[in-house]
Amino acid sequence: MSLINSVPEMVVTTKVDEILNWTRKSSVWYMLFGLACCAIEMMQTGGPRSDLDRFGAVPRATPRVSDLIIVSGTLTLKMALRTKLLYEQMPEPRYVISMGSCANCGGLFQLAYSVCDGVDKVIPVDVYVPGCPPRPEALTEGLLKLQDKIMEERWLVRKSVDGDTAAA
Amino acid sequence: MSVGGIPIEVGLERETAQGLETEEMTLNMGPQHPSTHGVLRFVVKADGEIMRRAIPDIGYLHRSIEKISEKVGYHGFMPYTDRVDYVSAMQCNQGWAMACEALAGIEVPRRGEYCRVIASEFGRLASHLLSVGATGMDIGATTPFTHAIREREYINDMRIGGVAWDIPPGFVQRATKYLDRFEPLIDEYNELISFNKIYVERLANVAIISREMAIAYNLVGPNLRGSGVSYDVRRNAPYSAYPELEFEVPIGTGERGALGDSYDRYMVRMREMKQSCRILRQALGGLPPGPVVAKVARNFKPPAGEAYVRVEGSRGDMGWFVVSDGTGFPVRTHIRTGSFAAMAIIEELSKGLMIADLVAVIASLDIVAPEVDR
Amino acid sequence: MDGAEIHRRLRERFGNAIGAELKLADWTVCEVEAKSVADVCRYLRDEPGLHFDCLSNLSAVDRKAADQIEVFYHLFSYELDHRLVLRAATPRPDPVVPTVSHLWPIANWLEREAFDLMGVQFIGHPDLRRILMPEDWVGHPLRKDFVEPEEYHGISTRRESLLKL
Repeated sequence: MSLINSVPEMVVTTKVDEILNWTRKSSVWYMLFGLACCAIEMMQTGGPRSDLDRFGAVPRATPRVSDLIIVSGTLTLKMALRTKLLYEQMPEPRYVISMGSCANCGGLFQLAYSVCDGVDKVIPVDVYVPGCPPRPEALTEGLLKLQDKIMEERWLVRKSVDGDTAAA
Repeated sequence: MSVGGIPIEVGLERETAQGLETEEMTLNMGPQHPSTHGVLRFVVKADGEIMRRAIPDIGYLHRSIEKISEKVGYHGFMPYTDRVDYVSAMQCNQGWAMACEALAGIEVPRRGEYCRVIASEFGRLASHLLSVGATGMDIGATTPFTHAIREREYINDMRIGGVAWDIPPGFVQRATKYLDRFEPLIDEYNELISFNKIYVERLANVAIISREMAIAYNLVGPNLRGSGVSYDVRRNAPYSAYPELEFEVPIGTGERGALGDSYDRYMVRMREMKQSCRILRQALGGLPPGPVVAKVARNFKPPAGEAYVRVEGSRGDMGWFVVSDGTGFPVRTHIRTGSFAAMAIIEELSKGLMIADLVAVIASLDIVAPEVDR
Repeated sequence: MDGAEIHRRLRERFGNAIGAELKLADWTVCEVEAKSVADVCRYLRDEPGLHFDCLSNLSAVDRKAADQIEVFYHLFSYELDHRLVLRAATPRPDPVVPTVSHLWPIANWLEREAFDLMGVQFIGHPDLRRILMPEDWVGHPLRKDFVEPEEYHGISTRRESLLKL
């Protein structure tokens, strides 16, 4: 009789990658980085009706303990330098969701002299959530897409002698 | 000296008596921080926990809205006015619309005015809910914030759509039902938090603003009324449909501490919510029939001149200064907001406060970053 | 007191430094010579019967066509419930006005904003530096001839067309 059939039903067999990713995606702690109007929607999404906490996403105050930064709102040039600093303070692996059209591409304020047209000019972005502001459902979907992205990541790779990487 | 009613010794005097050297710390607070008020930065010079000065540094949300008005024209500027104070956006829309109407001498039909009042007062409710919830959160009570957010959800569902469109059918009934549900809740929140000992101690006698100081620093709205000055643009320089509506203007009375402290400002906002409900009921019940919008040309070119219009926003008297030169684009738009003055007074208020009080003071002055920076 | 009466008293006191009187809805606008602004404001604030205890707004307007920068002062009195607008015109190449920050503390920040965005110099201001733009910004953005810089600290301000694939 094989080992699989003799273990109790509550045991799950899986690959190491998947279990690692599953634990990581279920506990994505985001840093409160509310800049402008989208911040209100982000707070609303974390509120009682459409709850981000059920996905394990808990708001944190400092970048040192967060996995995710949700850039919600218009990024001005004055703020862009600080954003880069905050992103660098986050420990890896770190992710960025750009929420709203201002963070995606400057949005309504592309005509402005003091606005940075999109947060991807300073930090690399993983998920773009369009909207002005995006509805709580849209931001939730953005988080789910990020979770899908996390599931696709492979951590256990071994470099061969020639420098090529191969899955373990 | 005393802070929050508790007498304390100033650290510097005590330590030099023991022969120890002390130094002033310079800390940086912000621009990213877990407060809901937006990107504001303070450089705090502190002696231990007590601040000597908190110097505000603004401009992190300066989106050059005023310059954009010169590029997009009068009609095109309307969506930008939403973002000046995004918490109660419809009051800003009204301010801009009134400024343009003053330039061109346009009169709004009565039903349109009533629709505007309804939108503005719902905006005031939403804004005060957020402010009260944020005050609670800044002090450490997270529950009122979640309650407030939940209530705001219901307001956002009701949309009039400006006065470009008339009130949709069924709106009056839904709105009245909402008010029936919400008004007793104000009393419930009041009982929940206003008499809580921690709340009172954190807010009473903190950041006292005297009447003269409030006027000299051009504070407006609940900040001004909390210091005992009974001035409300809706009452003293009425506009729109307000002359026909009955309501009271609550002012601070120093009920838990000195007149003009944070507790007074907080209570003024709670009472204003009740008055807003009163105004809303009158407006919903007394909607006159007729058109909602006056005819305005698509390429709107008001005659050359200047207009300075004031509306009572949630954060007080918002001044809209528009200069026109006869073309379709304004020469200059300047928005004078209540939060700008409130930030200016913080440096003066911060002397002798504790660092933790700084957050409570920002909450009690109800500062939002887009109003400060525009 | 109504606007015409205030204008008459100002004329009596300051003579030719006060120009014409205009009406702007329910506000009266008085033209003032730029260099007398501080004296006129002090008189308006301290004189019993006038007592303008609040500076409601201070805006600078760029009139490129007339080669002028105008500074508007919106004054209000809570005690006596009357209001006034002062308009001071300054030459565009060198806009200079005396400060009123010693009269109304809010003028400190309002003047800093006018300096930052329009380039108006306020003589006697205790701390005239930029308030909304970053400290190292070049130029005064609200001027009509302001040209946006190509980049700021390595961040490009050019916008690519979103229609190109």
